[in-house]
Amino acid sequence: MRVSVLAACAALCVLGLACEKKTTPTEPVKPAEPTPTAGKDVKPAEPKPAAEDTILLGEVGSLTGSEAAFGVSTRNGIELAIDEANAAGGVKGKKLAVRVYDDQSKPEEAAAATTRLITQDKVVAILGEVASSNSLAMAPIAQEAKVPMVSPSSTNPKVTEVGDYIFRVCFIDPFQGFVMAKYAHEDLKFKTVAILTDKKSAYSEGLTEVFQRKFSEMGGKIVGVEAYSKGDTDFRAQLTNIKKLKPQGLYVPGYYQDVAIIAEQARELGLKVTMMGGDGWDSEKLFELGGSAVEGSYVSNHYSADDPTPRVQDFIKKYQARFGAVPDSLAALGYDAARVVIEAMTRAPDLSGPALREAIAATKDFPGVAGTITLDEKRNPVKPAVVLAVEGGKFKYKATVAP
Amino acid sequence: MYEFIQHVINGLAVGTIYALVALGYTMVYGVLKLINFAHGDVMMVGVYVGYAVAFLLGRDAMGSLGSALLVFAVSMGTCAVIGFVIERFAYRPLRDKSRLTALITAIGISFALSYGFQLDLKVNAFGSEWTVLPGAASRRFPELIRPQEWLVLGDSDVIIWNWQVISFGIALFLLAGLQVLVYRTRFGKAMRAVSHDHRVAALLGIPVDTVIAVTFMLGSALAAGAGLLYAIKDKTIQPLMGVMVGLKAFVAAVIGGIGNLPGAVVGALLLGMCEEFIVGYTASSWRDAVAFGFLIVVLLFRPEGLFGRVQAEKV
Repeated sequence: MRVSVLAACAALCVLGLACEKKTTPTEPVKPAEPTPTAGKDVKPAEPKPAAEDTILLGEVGSLTGSEAAFGVSTRNGIELAIDEANAAGGVKGKKLAVRVYDDQSKPEEAAAATTRLITQDKVVAILGEVASSNSLAMAPIAQEAKVPMVSPSSTNPKVTEVGDYIFRVCFIDPFQGFVMAKYAHEDLKFKTVAILTDKKSAYSEGLTEVFQRKFSEMGGKIVGVEAYSKGDTDFRAQLTNIKKLKPQGLYVPGYYQDVAIIAEQARELGLKVTMMGGDGWDSEKLFELGGSAVEGSYVSNHYSADDPTPRVQDFIKKYQARFGAVPDSLAALGYDAARVVIEAMTRAPDLSGPALREAIAATKDFPGVAGTITLDEKRNPVKPAVVLAVEGGKFKYKATVAP
Repeated sequence: MYEFIQHVINGLAVGTIYALVALGYTMVYGVLKLINFAHGDVMMVGVYVGYAVAFLLGRDAMGSLGSALLVFAVSMGTCAVIGFVIERFAYRPLRDKSRLTALITAIGISFALSYGFQLDLKVNAFGSEWTVLPGAASRRFPELIRPQEWLVLGDSDVIIWNWQVISFGIALFLLAGLQVLVYRTRFGKAMRAVSHDHRVAALLGIPVDTVIAVTFMLGSALAAGAGLLYAIKDKTIQPLMGVMVGLKAFVAAVIGGIGNLPGAVVGALLLGMCEEFIVGYTASSWRDAVAFGFLIVVLLFRPEGLFGRVQAEKV
């Protein structure tokens, strides 16, 4: 009996932990920790209101946790855009500043950080998040407070459906799923594809749904759909099942950390199949963690560093000089998001929420690094996607697919 | 059929790792009646120590027996010391307090380790930069064993790799070693005596403090070994990796009857297999629900665990 009492205590404690985790958002969110991939530290964010002559923007990002590489890239892109705007004289005679909070890649932390940015720091607009699940946790709060929120790279359609204050500067999942389905069918000539999806992620589920529908409509066959949960490290059971189905392609619309392990374990099980994915793969970490196992895969993405357009190459040069790395698409989208907001601020009559919202909504033919941005009535941009292949530990440009 | 074999192999690989971690839980519970929730995190620390050693040895040294042994030895040794320090400074002062106090302390240590390791701390010393704490990002664990196909069934329907066989061998070796230590040595006898009744053991002249300290060290060293096998298997390491493994191993220990060594091993293998077949033949979302559901069922119908007897001699 003793044992059961103790175990029950233990179970209670575990529950207690879970509760405790939920309450931590009321505590101050830690300032960003410098991570190895970032060349530069973030200034610690002291919660004091902005000075009279600065306009304060807020940013919520995954600077630690499973999607840390995304958050850091995005932050770098935003920082670059803000500094450029300040060097050019700021907006309305005032300097710009951005307050960054880390959400540890968790939706509940993202929501808490958003509340804090709005109520305590009184920011004029919010930039973030990357992961759709986190953006979805933030959006209702920003909408309620009538503070415009621009997500750089959340591709799930539901994000901007939350309300008229929520925008994004990237394409949405139906399009991304369509791009890969089309490429798999027309260029790779696949007849049979299996899918391994992250059940816990709105992003992954969204891509899966569209890919499945579009690929079937084009005449291909989805031979099986297996699922995992973010944070799993053993995918062998699912991969064993997929191996039995002998598909030509395997669509894994997950994030780089899981994808790297999945690729590795697929090779270990002798599953020789071309893997395909979405922009969630886009990180230098993919090559470090996945090694040669991710070679020969294809992904849909927002932009390619091989793009010869002058404004893209110019951005790459500036980014490299500042952070010592080739910007990934998250950095490009972070840069675009910040610049869309800055440009809207110069056009807006004042910086109140409704005025700024109107200005952002009117964004038209904005020359973004990751494609020209015109926001439609659903506050989503209409722009093409690129397909990249993993070759020699790098993403190589393959094709551009227009909407 | 091939896929069934593959599922068995996968399940065994997970189960043996759970088993090594579960032994640590069960041993410490045996002598101290404490559930050491920091155990999974000690395992994580062991992995990072192994990573550091492998890193210092360099890429060229990987794949040789000597460097693998060195990685295991240093990692297990360091963890033994860490186990000793935790016991001496966190648990021993609380030994006469209520059990809940020690349990909460254990959870505190677990958090301190798993979140402490997410910090990024570098210091400059001896003319170069040293990473003291690794930070939250995942890292790729070096290849201690150069992968080679050991056995291929059918048209590469099932591939068994050399490192899977070696890992299994190491796990069996550690299990056997522990069995001999506990049942065939003087120290093992002392350990069993302490677990039986530490007051009487003290009256009979058994150095209870020493026995408890050594038990902690043994458990922590085993955890480090398990962690390295885990890292060899899944190749990616991060500071929160110990949390779930620790919980699962705890479940395994309770299923087998906490305090009972063979019980922990059987419970762990059962749990590993069970998880694999659940994911393989139903849906992955069921994995953790089943693992913890299993715990509840066992507690309802056999609170002493599958192998535990109420009057059993506990270790």
